[in-house]
Amino acid sequence: MSKLYYTEDHEWLSVDGDTATVGISTYAAGQLGDVVFVELPEVGKTVKKGEDIAVVESVKSASEIYAPVSGQITAANAALEDAPETVNEDAQGAGWFFKMTISDAAELSGLMDEAAYAEFTKE
Amino acid sequence: MAMNSTGRPTAPTGDGLCPDDLKTFSGSRGLMQQEPLLHEVGAPEKCGVDLPDVPEHTARLGGLERDKTIGLPGLSEPEAMRHYVRLSQRNYAIDLGLYPLGSCTMKHNPRLNEKLARLPGFADVHPLQPQSTVQGALGLMAELSDWLVAITGMDAVALPPKAGAHGEWCGMMCIRAAIEERGELDTRRRVLVPESAHGTNPATAAACGFEIDELPADATGRVDMEILRTKIGPDVAAIMLTNPNTGGLFERDIREIADLVHEAGGYFYCDGANLNAIMGKTRVRDLGVDAMHINLHKTFSTPHGGGGPGAGPVVLSKRLSNYAPLPYLVRNGDGWALIEEATQSEAKPFGRMSAFHGQMGMFVRALAYMMSHGADGLRQVSEDAVLNANYLLARLSEEMSPAFDGVCMHEALFDDAFLKDTGVTTLDFAKAMIDEGYHPMTMYFPLIVHGAMLIEPTETESKESLDRFADSLLLLAKMAKSGDTARFTAAPALAPLRRLDETRAARTPVLRWKATDA
Amino acid sequence: MRYLPLNEDDRAAMLARIGVSSIDDLFADIPAKARLDGLIEGLPPHASEMAVERHFTDLSRQSLSAGDAPFFCGGGAYRHHVPASVDHLIQRSEFLTAYTPYQPEIAQGTLQTLFEFQTQVAQLTGMDVANASLYDGSTATAEAVHMAARITRRRKCVLAPGLHPHYAQTVQTAVQGETMDMQVMTPAMGADAGVVDALDDQTACIVVQSPNVFGELVDLEPLAKAAHAVGALLIAVTTEVVALGLVKSPGEMGADIVAAEGQSIGNGLSFGGPYVGLLACRNDRKFIRQAPGRFAGETVDEAGKRGYVLTLSTREQHIRREKATSNICTNSGLCTLAFSIHLALLGEVGLRKLAALNHARACVLADRLDALDGVQVLNQSFFNEFAVRVQGNASQIVEDMAKAGVLGGIPAARLFGTGKFDDVLIIAVTETNRDEDFDALVATLAEAL
Ligand SMILES: Cc1ncc(COP(=O)(O)O)c(C=O)c1O
Repeated sequence: MSKLYYTEDHEWLSVDGDTATVGISTYAAGQLGDVVFVELPEVGKTVKKGEDIAVVESVKSASEIYAPVSGQITAANAALEDAPETVNEDAQGAGWFFKMTISDAAELSGLMDEAAYAEFTKE
Repeated sequence: MAMNSTGRPTAPTGDGLCPDDLKTFSGSRGLMQQEPLLHEVGAPEKCGVDLPDVPEHTARLGGLERDKTIGLPGLSEPEAMRHYVRLSQRNYAIDLGLYPLGSCTMKHNPRLNEKLARLPGFADVHPLQPQSTVQGALGLMAELSDWLVAITGMDAVALPPKAGAHGEWCGMMCIRAAIEERGELDTRRRVLVPESAHGTNPATAAACGFEIDELPADATGRVDMEILRTKIGPDVAAIMLTNPNTGGLFERDIREIADLVHEAGGYFYCDGANLNAIMGKTRVRDLGVDAMHINLHKTFSTPHGGGGPGAGPVVLSKRLSNYAPLPYLVRNGDGWALIEEATQSEAKPFGRMSAFHGQMGMFVRALAYMMSHGADGLRQVSEDAVLNANYLLARLSEEMSPAFDGVCMHEALFDDAFLKDTGVTTLDFAKAMIDEGYHPMTMYFPLIVHGAMLIEPTETESKESLDRFADSLLLLAKMAKSGDTARFTAAPALAPLRRLDETRAARTPVLRWKATDA
Repeated sequence: MRYLPLNEDDRAAMLARIGVSSIDDLFADIPAKARLDGLIEGLPPHASEMAVERHFTDLSRQSLSAGDAPFFCGGGAYRHHVPASVDHLIQRSEFLTAYTPYQPEIAQGTLQTLFEFQTQVAQLTGMDVANASLYDGSTATAEAVHMAARITRRRKCVLAPGLHPHYAQTVQTAVQGETMDMQVMTPAMGADAGVVDALDDQTACIVVQSPNVFGELVDLEPLAKAAHAVGALLIAVTTEVVALGLVKSPGEMGADIVAAEGQSIGNGLSFGGPYVGLLACRNDRKFIRQAPGRFAGETVDEAGKRGYVLTLSTREQHIRREKATSNICTNSGLCTLAFSIHLALLGEVGLRKLAALNHARACVLADRLDALDGVQVLNQSFFNEFAVRVQGNASQIVEDMAKAGVLGGIPAARLFGTGKFDDVLIIAVTETNRDEDFDALVATLAEAL
């Protein structure tokens, strides 16, 4: 079954075996306000943990999305290009950004689980 | 007695009340005229210009003659006058009221300057006329340079930059050229930029190929010297510092900052957008600056024109003068010559920034402004600008929350602490100012302060005007605190339009009119 | 001092309210060593309006203005007649003394005129969209090159032989901060088609000017096709936009980005600035997101009324900072208004007639000059500017003509440096040139040869 992780940059990743689906948290989507554009990573691209690979924009802000772990991008949610509001409506579901393979599962250990993230975003 | 009267009432007779939602048939509301788009009011066959007949000739267009219509709308002159005058009435402007946009120096624009910029010897000369025929224009550029050098104490000035950001690029490219000549371009990669900097600073440093390293502010709103010391090193190309900074504060440690950077082999770029605070009170040279742009459209009052044009001459220290871009002026006997080619140059210009010599129209206005003020007036400008800002800071602090303690320079920075728990945001507060007949202050900038409100009144406001402004803002602040939230969240209610849907504009961009929309 | 409303009583009362005893207390943060006690050295005291006006009038008289001479200079700046109403309207306080329209509720005048301007520019260039202006044509060209490199993710850029040398230098300077492979082709007349040979699969863009710096019109269509075949973009440059009233638009010929100087419409010569840079491109999200500068866009207000805002700002420096598509902030606002008003007054019929008139007058003069001994028109085609070969040194000839009170064009050496085209003179003709001006040019040129 898939397991949910969070990063300190407010990204979530749902890990299933050696692949992960990545997006921004419901909390982050609320903080950003109306999302107007999402720039997605190129499918096939190999990325290193911490590398900025995508951008999510509201009217007055642009935030980088970092690779939460190292691996390769296998899919991007093209639907967001025409319907960026999906990120506001369903950040942790239909509003996913990309899917990737995980090249080093050990990198997951530094991430937060649901409870830790809830604590992290308190206040 | 012969009666000659139509008997109409000559004093109001009603109760003076009018329904709030009075709808009009035309869509106009009294003096506020409805005005559709040019492409809706104009038509392709209309024309407001009379032209002579086209003489007989054999076309030489190489077979590239246009065969499709363009679709441009035209207007007769009276229609054009109405279209644009009606639209003009939907703008706020300095000539209408106090325009407290921090960092923008929205001061009065003298009309003498407009008149002089239109003299034929400046307005109707071509940039590539023989230089012998434009000595007056070149002479004006030389005079402007002299004034800028006198005011700043610097060694040279580069006139080509077309705005502040272009000036930043000019100064940073001079620095880059100097570093390159030292053979250190591969190792000096880092440019220190305070978090409070205007966005053009990091954007410029990046455009020059440098890496940006952000400097946080200390509790007083100035560069954190402790952290600066840890960041200084042999890989630092430059620091880009605004002074007075974007919080309206003078960087007290500026000379030490300059020394630190210089000792590490780097350069000190100063963003001079806020020169209006310090003219005649200090010389930029004495602060240790190597390069600084001057926004003629701020300090020297060339009009902002709804977003431009501007001009951003750059003053340079001796270490950098040699790298100033083409073209530049040199003495030539009794007159002036422009050096336009690197091959004619004894210096090492870093390149060319644009097709011609700079913003002549702005040079004329700026020089006229300087001459009108003179040495005494320019100092008075800075003193009054700082006095006005501090007066507002003192008065507004009764209800609003200043971001930092102490006095300010030419602009006063507040945060949104006074709005805490009121349900009113900085944005709401600003929009409520519109209903009071004021242009809002700069909001959410600088980024180092929560819900920033940056107020710059400039020296051209009278005390009465400042008092009225302060009274209005104090009242608004009290209302916000007393829970009258709706007045703010619904604001503006009295502007030509209510708040606009910027999300929609960005999600589904409509950037032009299209025939199918009609 | 006439621009300063405070008097001594005001100042004293304000200092008291602030709680300081003297104005210098407010400047206490300036390091003692850097404080200026007296007045700025070397500057005169303040001056009356009358005195300032006199000084500037004297300076103005020391130049020979275009209106006082038969005038034939072009080379990227053109003298057209601007209707009086244009200058009147742009001096309306509400346009002249407004800032960038960051508060859309009270800036609809500026925003709507920008939206209209963007539409006019898009129509004129035959492109889908245009931005709200850049500084001038040369910086617009440099921005277009950056934009193309980002869109294609390639680093090679080819500058055509007919590109204005000052534009080429501006582009070369602008890319110094990054690793671009610039290929600047040797300037030549009628050789623009040669850029095709320089294309390869690393090429981000080719930059081609038409009418080019010699006035020659360039068929962009085969160049666009060749560029597109290798995944490169065609940047079309125009320094004389009036031409677009008569010749095919770059959009029609396949340009991907158009960078142009808009000065010709609505804006005077002003010794080189302020001018107005036009940038237009295809309606492709990839393009628009990489575009520099501001865009005005349509939306509605809370009550559903149509209105305009600055939009897609996340590309810009105030939001994106070091990752912005450009560092530009202040642009050419008021010059766009002059452009837009003038173009509205012309309209479709006016612009077409103006363009036809320019071309026809230029043809007439070209024929007269070609008939002169020692003068040869070099162009195969042109709009309102053409190059002639003269017997002798063109720079000297231009100087001699100027002494006789005729501003007879631009020696190509002024643009290319001496040694390359020393005997070439570039001559521009507009609707402002009368038959008498032609007579004067022909006579003084014959004299100067
Ligand atoms: C502090 C500061 N720096 C730089 C700039 C950029 O100047 P410009 O808009 O003339 O390019 C501005 C103006 O907006 C500014 O306020």
